[in-house]
Amino acid sequence: MYNEATVVGSVVSGLLEEFPYVVCVDDGSSDGSAAIARSAGAVVVEHPVNLGQGAALQTGIEFALQDPQLDAIVTFDADGQHRVEDAAAMLARIRSGEAEVVLGSRFLEGTADVSGLKRLVLRTAAMQSRFSTGLRLTDAHNGLRAISAPIAAKIQLTQNRMAHASELIQQLADLKPVLVEHPVKIVYTEYSKAKGQSLLNGVNILADLFFR
Amino acid sequence: MIIVVQIVLVLAVIIGALALMRGAGNARHQAVRRILLVLFAGVAALSVFFPGLLTRVANLLGIGRGTDLVLYGLIVCFLIFMASSYHRTRQLEARITKLARRIALDEAPRPDAAAGEGRGND
Repeated sequence: MYNEATVVGSVVSGLLEEFPYVVCVDDGSSDGSAAIARSAGAVVVEHPVNLGQGAALQTGIEFALQDPQLDAIVTFDADGQHRVEDAAAMLARIRSGEAEVVLGSRFLEGTADVSGLKRLVLRTAAMQSRFSTGLRLTDAHNGLRAISAPIAAKIQLTQNRMAHASELIQQLADLKPVLVEHPVKIVYTEYSKAKGQSLLNGVNILADLFFR
Repeated sequence: MIIVVQIVLVLAVIIGALALMRGAGNARHQAVRRILLVLFAGVAALSVFFPGLLTRVANLLGIGRGTDLVLYGLIVCFLIFMASSYHRTRQLEARITKLARRIALDEAPRPDAAAGEGRGND
């Protein structure tokens, strides 16, 4: 999370109703997000400086993997755009042995109400990952994922900023886990709309991908 | 003739950029960069004393004026500089990330210790 003080408390307490262990990676926030997340009951890992979402994801994964009893990791955005029941359903699919990786997709059942241009950017990103990896995914940039521990241990994200999502897909394509998509709903609140990545960010995502 | 020079220039940009992007840190690339720098300085100094020289070299290559030749050279140098400094920034960023992650993980309690309270005594 990066400066999410207004929402992170309710996101963490919402998650704790369903999941026993919530790890929150604070990416150098300056608004006291870390303290709020901690008092809400999460274990907080703090980056000393702001590195980016991809770096935070990798830190969270490495932190969780220190626990030998870990069986799966669920990644969940701190801005409250995901639903806890989706996360629980995705984890259940891992635990039942149905899949090793479950990726959230807002386009799987046509449940997304995103603007035309944003849809175009997301579709392009999905298409790019389809061409370069052969994985037929409908939504390459969804922050809600469930990953079994053995697969998570093999993931090594180096893209610090937004391109990490495509990088993750790339690495999954090489690891060839049992992978399924799960329909999820994105809660577009006024808050997440105001914060959400702008369309211009799509340009950055593409540039980061092509000029590694 | 001009098209040949253009193609050579574009190729120089691409090859130079690629060569310097791959392993920009190593000593051989540094040596190449330094040689290029010395050559560039030498030519610059010469052109001060013999202003006509550059134009003659340019005419030889099918370019009208010496200044144009210098401009093309500058563009090539600038693009190579951009490519190598981008690469260096990426390397630096990777190092900072590693460092910051180490600090973050060291300062946080180990997850099995933090989880242990919830699990009882395991």
